[in-house]
Amino acid sequence: MIADVITVTLISIGLFFFIAGTAGFIRFPDVHSRLHALTKADNLGLGFVVLGVVAQADSGWSVLKLLLVWLLALTAAATTAQLIARFALPPGERP
Amino acid sequence: MTLGDAFDILLCLLILTAAAGVIGGRDLFGSVALFIVYGLLLTIAWVRLGAVDVALAEGAIGAGLTGVLLLGAAAKMDDGAGQRPSFRPGALLLCAGVAGGLGWAVVSLAQPAAGLIPLVRENLPVAGADNPVTAVLLNFRGWDTLMEAAVLLIALVGVWALSPEDSWGGRSGLTQRVRVDGVLGTFGRFLPPIGFVVGVYLVWVGTSAPGGAFQGGTVVAAVWLLAIMAGVVEPPPVASIRLRLLLMAGPAVFLATGIWGFAAGAFMAFDPAYAKPLILAVELVLALSIAATLALLVIGRPRRPQ
Repeated sequence: MIADVITVTLISIGLFFFIAGTAGFIRFPDVHSRLHALTKADNLGLGFVVLGVVAQADSGWSVLKLLLVWLLALTAAATTAQLIARFALPPGERP
Repeated sequence: MTLGDAFDILLCLLILTAAAGVIGGRDLFGSVALFIVYGLLLTIAWVRLGAVDVALAEGAIGAGLTGVLLLGAAAKMDDGAGQRPSFRPGALLLCAGVAGGLGWAVVSLAQPAAGLIPLVRENLPVAGADNPVTAVLLNFRGWDTLMEAAVLLIALVGVWALSPEDSWGGRSGLTQRVRVDGVLGTFGRFLPPIGFVVGVYLVWVGTSAPGGAFQGGTVVAAVWLLAIMAGVVEPPPVASIRLRLLLMAGPAVFLATGIWGFAAGAFMAFDPAYAKPLILAVELVLALSIAATLALLVIGRPRRPQ
């Protein structure tokens, strides 16, 4: 019962970040601010969803697997965001 | 109506919307992006149906790898940016006919359909795999899987055949210029070791849990591609004997076990005593061949002189 309350709360917070990220993706004016909105959803939104599911996990291994999923998604999102952000810069300003 | 039913109906509507978007998209790139979304939604649908093996295959191959192939193809076809592909009534009729025929076939199935589940359950103890999906793919219907592996190999031969005379035998794709300590360079060294372990694990658990040669092979192919794009490794030259042996090892080992099946009575018949090690061996070698074939399909034809 307590686990369920924790799960519902954490996943709701996660969903809030996903909705905010989606709204930002649609409404923000340029590539870089849209990337900011999207990675925020990936990092915090998925993080809270994973933590919510962790409360339901039946073994330590499941917890580790879930955290690995979050870590991999974090790394992939951060990397692709960097690559897209650099590509979106005007050619003269690229580092 | 339960919450689950409501979710399923919503999911079906989303799948249909995504499919309509793929067909009626404004431009090629948008259609391909929606096709990937469509594949991911379909993956969720397979999970809802309890078919985790199919979901893994759909996510890795249907959405992921096919998506990358289509993105590459769209980038090469797009001459006028944002141009809508021309409307072909013949193709529309043909596709509508096939879809209608499939729909009719599904609707006209006998209800309730017993299917082959009881037959598979009955024979599972002698199949050499606890996962019924693997038992069907590698043992009961090994033929189909052998053909799939062969089709992949033939597709790669077809891609290679498009290479012009001066680059035949050379390395596929273009030279990647990546800073070693840059974002992509670091990512290309960080992810492949983890991905390789995940891929081999997916093959290994395939006999007793969802997973298998195609799913695991696709994961290995993806991290190999990443290592190539990040400039960590070079794709091998097409003329390399070792590469060709790797590509044909999977189908060849599978075919050899099939011929050995004559000892147990028929082509592709596995002796129950050896079924488990045979299936595992075929899966492991097949996964490596599939990984190499898929990765080279994405990189494309040889482009650099030998």
